[in-house]
Amino acid sequence: MRTSTGRRKWADALNGYLFISPWLIIFLIFSLISLGYAVYLSFTEYNLLRPPRWWGLEGYQRVLEDELFISKALPNTFKYVLIVVPIQTFLSLVLAFAMDQNLRFQRFFRTIFYLPSVTSSVVISLIFIWIFAPQGIFNQITGLTVNWLDDPRTAFYVIMGMNIFTTSGTLMLIFLAGLQDIPLAVYEAAEIDGANGLQKFFYITVPMLRPVIFFVVTVGVIGCFQVFDQIFVMTNGGPLDSTTTITYLIYKWAFRDTRIQMGQASALAVILTLIILAVTLLQRRVIEGSGSGAER
Amino acid sequence: MAVTTSSPQTQVYARTVFFDRLRKYLFFAMLAFWAALSVAPLYFTLVFSFKPVADVYTPPIWAPIPFTLDNYITILGTFQLFPRWVWNSVFISVIITIFRVLFCAMAGYAFARIEFPLKSFWFNLLLISMMMPGVVTLIPSFLIIGPGLIRGGLQLGDLRIPTGFGLIDNPWGVILPGMADAFGVFMMTQFYKSFPKELEEAAMMDGSGRWGTFFRIVLPISQTQLITLALLTFQGAWNNFMWPLLVLRSPEQFTLPIGLQWFRGEYYTLYSVILAGSIFNTLPILIIFFVFQQYFVRSIAATGSKEG
Repeated sequence: MRTSTGRRKWADALNGYLFISPWLIIFLIFSLISLGYAVYLSFTEYNLLRPPRWWGLEGYQRVLEDELFISKALPNTFKYVLIVVPIQTFLSLVLAFAMDQNLRFQRFFRTIFYLPSVTSSVVISLIFIWIFAPQGIFNQITGLTVNWLDDPRTAFYVIMGMNIFTTSGTLMLIFLAGLQDIPLAVYEAAEIDGANGLQKFFYITVPMLRPVIFFVVTVGVIGCFQVFDQIFVMTNGGPLDSTTTITYLIYKWAFRDTRIQMGQASALAVILTLIILAVTLLQRRVIEGSGSGAER
Repeated sequence: MAVTTSSPQTQVYARTVFFDRLRKYLFFAMLAFWAALSVAPLYFTLVFSFKPVADVYTPPIWAPIPFTLDNYITILGTFQLFPRWVWNSVFISVIITIFRVLFCAMAGYAFARIEFPLKSFWFNLLLISMMMPGVVTLIPSFLIIGPGLIRGGLQLGDLRIPTGFGLIDNPWGVILPGMADAFGVFMMTQFYKSFPKELEEAAMMDGSGRWGTFFRIVLPISQTQLITLALLTFQGAWNNFMWPLLVLRSPEQFTLPIGLQWFRGEYYTLYSVILAGSIFNTLPILIIFFVFQQYFVRSIAATGSKEG
């Protein structure tokens, strides 16, 4: 008996590792080793031609003294996150709430709302370039004559609007699933107590959805801090660097500039990771903190 | 008479009904407005893809007048790279999907069902890696797929171990890192944990080993979940941009999104052709989306409620 359970244990250990091995190998190479090597590279000077040369914190210092990073990429990225995340979260929550009112055509709306999310980021960017061209459809409909994507005052907002537009559908579906998990009895109890629609929304829906809100905001923050595709396709960081974000700058330093600086780009990637980590933790405290306040 | 003699209660009631109805109409108007907005870009793209190249900014914007198939003829006939890009996209997305679904199901099953040393350690690493922003591993991953972390390889005595795959400008360079991912493993683990064990145990009793049980019993019964993961993976791979942009260098190797973006740089004046190409990139996903709609909805609902 003992030997057979012993053998079973060995077989399980072996099989367990065989079953996870494909994932584990890819994880070790492209996540764990890659992460470690990114940290190592961030302390070196590396231009692909000569081997990486250790220079300690020099790379970080250069990042923090870089004009393009300090005065453009860093503020632009925060501005992007601070505008896009709240709007897309609120908008998709309101849309989901409206959908949840047992209105007609629910299935139809659900399908339509998801359409922008299935379109690839490149395709939707190419379409928006054309719509927001000087003689494009947007100006034709509104009668304006703004050169949206060539004007540093407007280009970034067009990209923000487009991304709010494309992600809200998916987020709405996540919220809708969460809303449908809230027991009707809770709303009925509130109605008996005389709560109106707005009160129900802010005192029941929002608190009950807190875990889902946390998830949506987290996903939004992580995604928005790394915005790249749309900027690459639509503006290449311009005009006048008004749309240069941190991820775009990493790409520029590591792959695009004539003087490739993979070490410095890695330092910026590490900084970005730390920023995202800090913001996620802070945001978790804010959302959970406000929760304990409401329940007290 | 009834109106003048109505009691305060009925007045309140009438007002509630009125506001209820008003609220419903407002919500409906809001949903209708957002629906119109959601369809508009694709609708205009479709319309203008059937208009001549010279009319790319010319009204009417609501219907393809004058009508032409020239842009699609350009894509499918004259410009021979387009069919290649479609093929490259299909090839890369299908291979990634097959491998990822299989590998994630295997790992998810092991994490849910098999006891092995360091299991919780690896699973915690997996959870952490889900939160890790992809951009931080971008440069090393590029070096591993391409020239190698250490140029010329790792020298151990006489042995030289390469540290890179040398797959730049090769579709397998796009496929390899996509073959497994943390979210897929997590999703399958959660699924198998919530799944009854009886069927598998019966099969194990009958003498099928782990592998026999997995392929004959476990995979077939988790079909729904596998399709959901397959759809998510295919959509992601089909639309992926940043990684293929770094790996694929020559136009013959491009996927459709990279190709369309490149085409725009080369032939800026042929924007109607780009619009027709955009329809080509969107159509397969749209068809899959309409056919498997409930799976898409399920997958999205699952992401929210399980992790939240």
